[in-house]
Amino acid sequence: MAKELLIIGAGSGGLILSNTVARALSREIRRGEVTVTLLGDRDEYLYQPGLLYVPFDLMRPAELIRKVKELLVPCVTFMHDRATRIDPESRQVQTRSGRTLTYDYLVIATGSELDLEETPGLKEGAHWFYDLPGAIRLREALSRFQGGRVVVALGLPHKCPVAPLEFVFMLDEWARERGIREQMEIIYAFPLNRAHNIQTCADWAQSEFDKRGIQLETFFNLDSVDPVRKEVNSYEGTTLAYDLLVAVPAHKGDAVHADSGLAVQGNWVPTHRHTLKVGTYENIFAIGDATNMPTSKAGSVAHFESEVLAGNLINLLTGGGAPHQYDGKTFCFIEAGMHKATYLSFTYDQPPVPGPPSEAIHWFKQAYNRIHWMNLKGIV
Amino acid sequence: MADKVVDARGSHCPGPMMELIRAIKAAAVGQTIALWTTEAGSKKDIPLWCQKAGQEFVGVVQMDGYEEIAVKKVK
Repeated sequence: MAKELLIIGAGSGGLILSNTVARALSREIRRGEVTVTLLGDRDEYLYQPGLLYVPFDLMRPAELIRKVKELLVPCVTFMHDRATRIDPESRQVQTRSGRTLTYDYLVIATGSELDLEETPGLKEGAHWFYDLPGAIRLREALSRFQGGRVVVALGLPHKCPVAPLEFVFMLDEWARERGIREQMEIIYAFPLNRAHNIQTCADWAQSEFDKRGIQLETFFNLDSVDPVRKEVNSYEGTTLAYDLLVAVPAHKGDAVHADSGLAVQGNWVPTHRHTLKVGTYENIFAIGDATNMPTSKAGSVAHFESEVLAGNLINLLTGGGAPHQYDGKTFCFIEAGMHKATYLSFTYDQPPVPGPPSEAIHWFKQAYNRIHWMNLKGIV
Repeated sequence: MADKVVDARGSHCPGPMMELIRAIKAAAVGQTIALWTTEAGSKKDIPLWCQKAGQEFVGVVQMDGYEEIAVKKVK
């Protein structure tokens, strides 16, 4: 009997993991000793970090999308279907089309999604750039924007935790280059009493806000939006009038977690921060945004977790152990405007220290945006 | 005596604060929520949040390996 690896979710984590394991075990797969199956509810992959550039017309939507099948090495079996229930006892996954898939090892890489319903009025009154239709709509709004008050309001948790900061720094420079910054106010409204949940990043962001004349509104937890009066309200009782509201609503985990009895608060999967094991199960793992781990919900986390887990799964599928441990490694580029960038690099034990922004790091990020596809294939 | 306990032990920033706010939103006026947390920033941030949100900070009690932070919903 072949050992079966089933991965749910065809995002960055699922693709890197599938490709890395399948590439290492291609002989075993050809001999029928191992199978690697990727189950994804979308047959197209979206490069989500590129969404940041769409509102400013710096990346086109077509540049961000590839067919999942084109990104997989040949010995991965891709199933375009949605997981509807995971049964750890029988080691089975049910799908929307009525299939039952079996596994010896299961990886949950289901990602996260915007919760647009939690805040009344948000869908009608706000713009966002965390999905493609939203980013395109915001591009249209910015192309007509001549000045006024822009409020960027955030919920927690959300993926790519530095992207909203990048957005306001880029917006500031975009407006300066168009000559409308003097007619504009930018307010960054954050749920905590600082600009980011990581203190060192918050301190750096605050110094950039001061330089750029961006106002910070603290303890602002999105409560409701009045699209007619153009006001956004916080649970704490603050009301901000806006001409353009850009929201990053809190994210939630995939419904299959709760439907399978595997979810904790927010629909996240309880995952060990080092072994990546789910709950008390020895053969179920989770990576990327889907977990409740104290990590950023960022592509680099999914990537580094995939590398660790791939090492363990390659061993487990061929009769070995699982010695590799994830140390919280995270790496995030931060665009500090249109022409310079910095980065955060950190682990569980070492907090990030943002360095001074430079043109070189900006171009490095731009280059990465173009070579990301090789990363997914496990080449870079 | 708290009306509800939110066990956020092991959860890191901003987890405990977000879980407390969610519980306060769901509670009835007059109820007290006790947050169990091991996150060091909670006892500094939560009194400040209460001030901004107009809720009553009841206090912090050091428990065995964690802190219990109580907040009463007053509006």
